[in-house]
Amino acid sequence: MSFLRQSLAIAGKDLRSEVRSKETVNASLSFALVILLLFSFAFDPSSEQTREISGGLLWLVFAFAGTLILNRSFARELVNDCLDALISSPASGAQLFFGKCLANYVLLLIVETVCLPIFVIFYDARWPRQMWLLFIVMMLGTWGITVIGTLFSAMTVNLRLRELMLPTLIYPMLIPALMGAIQLSTVLISGEPLGPDNQVWFKLLVGFDVIFTILALALVEIVLVG
Amino acid sequence: MRLKIMIALAVASGALLSWNLHTMFLRVPDELNQGAIFRIIYFHVPSAITSFTGFFFAMFSSVMYLAKKDLRFDAIAASINEVSLAFATVTLITGSLWGRIAWGIWWTWDARLTSYFVCWLLYVGYLMLRRAIDDPTTRARLCAVLSIFACADIVIVWKSIEWFRTQHPGPVLSIRNGGGMAPGMEAPIWWNLLALLMLAAVLIMMRMRQDAIQREIESMRRYAHAF
Repeated sequence: MSFLRQSLAIAGKDLRSEVRSKETVNASLSFALVILLLFSFAFDPSSEQTREISGGLLWLVFAFAGTLILNRSFARELVNDCLDALISSPASGAQLFFGKCLANYVLLLIVETVCLPIFVIFYDARWPRQMWLLFIVMMLGTWGITVIGTLFSAMTVNLRLRELMLPTLIYPMLIPALMGAIQLSTVLISGEPLGPDNQVWFKLLVGFDVIFTILALALVEIVLVG
Repeated sequence: MRLKIMIALAVASGALLSWNLHTMFLRVPDELNQGAIFRIIYFHVPSAITSFTGFFFAMFSSVMYLAKKDLRFDAIAASINEVSLAFATVTLITGSLWGRIAWGIWWTWDARLTSYFVCWLLYVGYLMLRRAIDDPTTRARLCAVLSIFACADIVIVWKSIEWFRTQHPGPVLSIRNGGGMAPGMEAPIWWNLLALLMLAAVLIMMRMRQDAIQREIESMRRYAHAF
């Protein structure tokens, strides 16, 4: 219980500071809109083909916009040596990491929830009949992005090339989760019901999330403290 | 002693590679459907297995570093990953050459090809991370964590072949219940695997030797600066 309480305290701190400054969510949302605009030049937004690749487009927006949030997650603690203070606080590395993960997860989900209707309007996509399933896919896929992204954000926080290294490292790592999320989202947005052959993608997403959450919680102490 | 082992392994690997080249080009007949190009499998599959073996040994070495905090294990992991990445590049290139002849295209976004490319990118990221960190202990610590994550990711992408429809030829080796090759045709794959594993061991030892010499030069330079 104490683990969760400490993690929630960290998450609460991060979310409060975000509510007051709104710096990362605003930047991330504007960036997502820019990408949505750029996509419209890459292909005809009203064509039937767009629906076939809608899942991929959506998750690219989420992944790109998410990196901005994840990059700032630990970097914002560098000012005034706040990261050192957090590490030396009674909260363990795993609690600190989990708290940061929860805050990033909420922020990413907010950005995604705003982007989804905009995407539907811009690209004339249909609202999925099984909306709740799309939300589950979004929650599973986003947790994968968050857990990997937050750990690598902690790893790269002290690097000179932090902004370059984070996307280079996390995108290849995220591909299994992104593949699963893209496949499922494409099927759901095109209005088709999920068949039995799509269940494997659900299993992939759940498996990815569970494996990397456990690994990250086990190794984060080494990353942060040594 | 280590130098002698290295030279002996290099000679043995060279001899075995020459013998294998003789077998695969002069003794093994052309494959019925693919013709002469099928011979690329004798380098493609062993390189792929060598690279995966290397990545897993590197992960083991990374775990050992985290457990013992001995920088020697980090040097081993780094050398193994560098050499394995070279073998992974050979696998990608030979696969691409084969694909051009057999499928008529250099590359296709089939599940196994994509997975292998992802794997390659992960280890390129590993080497980039190594270069980005100056402090040896921090570098060893973070790279060890990345190596463990990359390996876990490989397992997921490796399993993906069983889940996704794929254009890549199915398993042909008898140990994977493929049994699609005649015994005389399959044997050179295993001999070449042995030769490439020995070659990889030589390269890893050479890389570690370079690393040790470099450390020695740096310490001498520091010593010289002290006066």
